[in-house]
Amino acid sequence: MLNRYPLWKYLLILIVIVVGLIYALPNLFPEDPAIQISSAQSDSGLDEGQLDEIENALRDDGIDITAIESDGGSVLIRLASAGDQLNARDIASEILNDDYVVAVNQAESTPDWLASLGAAPMNLGLDLRGGVHFLLEVDMDEALTQRLEVHGSAMRELLRDERIRYRDTEIEDRRISLVFADEGDRDQARQLIRQEFDEFDYSTEDEGRAARLVMTLTDESVDEIQDYAIEQNLTTLRNRVNELGVAEPLVQRQGPNRIVVELPGVQDTAAAKRIVGATAELEFRLEASPDASDSDTETFEFRNEEGRSAELSRDVIITGDNVSNANRSFDENGRPQVNIDLDGTGGTLMNRATRSNIGSNMAVLFIEHNSEMRTVMEDGEEVEERVNTTERGIISLATIQSALGNSFRITGLESSTEAEELALLLRSGSLAAPIYFAQERTIGPSLGAENIERGIMSVQIGLLLVVLFMLVRYKVFGIIANLALGINLALLVAAMSILGATLTLPGIAGIVLTLGMAVDANVLIFERIREELRNGMSAQQAIHAGYERAVSSIVDANLTTLLVAVILFSIGTGPVKGFAVTLSLGILTSMFTALLVSRAMVNLSHGGKPLKKLWI
Amino acid sequence: MRQFDFMGKRRLAFITSAILLIIAIGALATQQLNLGLDFTGGTLVEVKYEEAPSLDDIRGTLEDADFRDVSVQNFGASTEVLIRLQQAYDPDVGEEVVSLLRDEGTDVDLIRAEFVGAQVGDQLRDQSGMGMLLALGLVMLYVAFRFQYKFALGALLALLHDVIIVIGVFSLFGLEFDLTVLAAILAVIGYSLNDTIVVYDRIRENIRKSRIEHMPTIFNEAINATLSRTLATSGTTLLVLLALLLLGGDLIRNFSIALIIGIGVGTFSSIYVASALLIPLRLQRQDLIPAKKENDDEEEELP
Repeated sequence: MLNRYPLWKYLLILIVIVVGLIYALPNLFPEDPAIQISSAQSDSGLDEGQLDEIENALRDDGIDITAIESDGGSVLIRLASAGDQLNARDIASEILNDDYVVAVNQAESTPDWLASLGAAPMNLGLDLRGGVHFLLEVDMDEALTQRLEVHGSAMRELLRDERIRYRDTEIEDRRISLVFADEGDRDQARQLIRQEFDEFDYSTEDEGRAARLVMTLTDESVDEIQDYAIEQNLTTLRNRVNELGVAEPLVQRQGPNRIVVELPGVQDTAAAKRIVGATAELEFRLEASPDASDSDTETFEFRNEEGRSAELSRDVIITGDNVSNANRSFDENGRPQVNIDLDGTGGTLMNRATRSNIGSNMAVLFIEHNSEMRTVMEDGEEVEERVNTTERGIISLATIQSALGNSFRITGLESSTEAEELALLLRSGSLAAPIYFAQERTIGPSLGAENIERGIMSVQIGLLLVVLFMLVRYKVFGIIANLALGINLALLVAAMSILGATLTLPGIAGIVLTLGMAVDANVLIFERIREELRNGMSAQQAIHAGYERAVSSIVDANLTTLLVAVILFSIGTGPVKGFAVTLSLGILTSMFTALLVSRAMVNLSHGGKPLKKLWI
Repeated sequence: MRQFDFMGKRRLAFITSAILLIIAIGALATQQLNLGLDFTGGTLVEVKYEEAPSLDDIRGTLEDADFRDVSVQNFGASTEVLIRLQQAYDPDVGEEVVSLLRDEGTDVDLIRAEFVGAQVGDQLRDQSGMGMLLALGLVMLYVAFRFQYKFALGALLALLHDVIIVIGVFSLFGLEFDLTVLAAILAVIGYSLNDTIVVYDRIRENIRKSRIEHMPTIFNEAINATLSRTLATSGTTLLVLLALLLLGGDLIRNFSIALIIGIGVGTFSSIYVASALLIPLRLQRQDLIPAKKENDDEEEELP
């Protein structure tokens, strides 16, 4: 018996290895410090004039620019020194207005011929290289106001149901007040509302003939609302960062009202900043009927058509919170739209509201919170003050043709990027309160340089020990196993680079472990070959039987582990997901190298000739 | 080659496993886990130096002063440093840290001190837990399909056995349990499963081709046949892990400890939990070789 592969099989294996080596290569090139500029909303890029202005300003400030690259909507300015990064960002954002986002970045320096093949290096995690640090402040006042508005709306509905007439609702700070025509109505309302809402302290005021009911949030309920706002925002931000495909981010609470978001190294930081800080929300409301009283309606401008406005009912049918899934697509005319699926409650509410209003108009209201730093003079000193603004605009107003159910689409968006991002925001859930950027910095690796060095050295020594062990135990076959191990490592690195996985210290340890399992596959085969030799098979037969019989063990063992890894990947988040990626890729590459590559090498070296003795 | 009578000692092994499990569960029940900064949150201190300091020195100083789980990072500029500690926040921590650092003879200013929340949110934890359960369920189905349900039961119990013991050791000795250790536990699951399936595969092969009915004898042969492979693989992996433990520094110490224990226990459990349990479960040859007669009956029922 002779062990041979047909030529195509050797070629196929060779091609996979060469491709693997090419895609693993970019990891050998270091990254440059850079700043990235991209448009805040539309797809349009930076014009030449602005770019020249920034370039000159940076050079005037003594900052060394190594390269400027423009790619579609975003511009990357590479700097010679990491120390200039923050300064450069400040200069650039001063020149540009709010339509652009400027973010610090680490730019990869993969040579063009590699980059043109789509090759890029693996990302290193926050622990190994650091990344970008955003500190976000949650607007607690707005959280309270929003909650009060929701309560106010519910109270009005309650009063209408009970046919108690009210005149006006006012919300300020922590108070909500309702005005009634007389004391009788007020006291009746007070009793009714008190049963439903226990988070208020109630008091009354008289205003001439009218009577006012004042409800103030208790301290506990304020704390509760604020805690809820932070927790909800944390969850939403985690979802958003995960939706962006950022591997191994860090999202945690800091202090009473702030949230830290840290993203590892090479990322589209400008896009990340836009998404992390985005506060877009949707509300669906009916157009007010002409005879509705003023206290029940609000007037909004259209977002894309200046001067046009519409009067909408104060009551919200549903908000973005009821959206269970959202995707961007295009209509027949190639205009961007967002397909929306509602959850059960949302579907019911939407159906109920549209069923009884066929023929009337329904509006989609787009709400966005912005903040701006302004310098104001206070007691003769310059003080930075943040001004928060909220923009509300109608993006579409359409006639209800039939009762809407769980899924429908909305149009009227400016660009496909906007549609894409709106869909992402709706998917990841809305923020319980608006957030504002308080700080943005680069951050160094969280593991010390010494620790990283020791960690990497110990991994190298560990691998060396394995290589030596295989050589001593399996001699010539040990060499083959070690070659296969090297190829396995290169393929794994290549696969992780192609997928844009992020490497952290536990990830490196995970790689070591999958290499251990790769060795295991070879050990299984070699032990089986030895066993078959002892049972009296000839050398070629033993090689053949060794590989054939070890296959079922290797496949079963690896597939079960792969099953675990794949499920951890699809359900887990953050670090668990990262580990699952490394593990699943490692299992696939180790099965390939153990079953095909090492076999091919054995076939080439031992295959086509009669053998008396095997060095195993 | 010498044959060891593994199955003959299975009673002793069951007792050992039971004792280990009781100790592990007892430790978990009485003193919980010493969770790290990733899970508990702590205090964040931002300081500014006159000149760029050595981050390793800062970490050393703080660890000598008994602060736990210290992470020190450059923040924006080389002179600004962000320190995270696993220490319940109180207003004095910032000053305490700065005065410690000032004692080193350098000029340090406190910029801010605040508490930081956990990196692993409740939602993340629940989701991962659900994921793990689902993963185990599917693995059981796969093993039941490829082997037989008794094997699936054995593999599941072996996995639980390994994970509980590793976590138990961390609880017993108050070792810090952070995200890297969680990764190690996941790796232990992968490894233990791998080991168990390799032994199972050989048991299945031997049952099919052997003519004897005495299961302990067949198991012994199968385990002895895979023994050199088991030792070689565990040996090489343990070699790597020992290198990580002895040379890798503080940060991967707990990771290596978790894996070393896990692989030791995992190797033991693939023989004495996963395989030996098949005996009280009354595994028989018929379980692996479908009885022909039943199939005939089914065919007859077809019209």
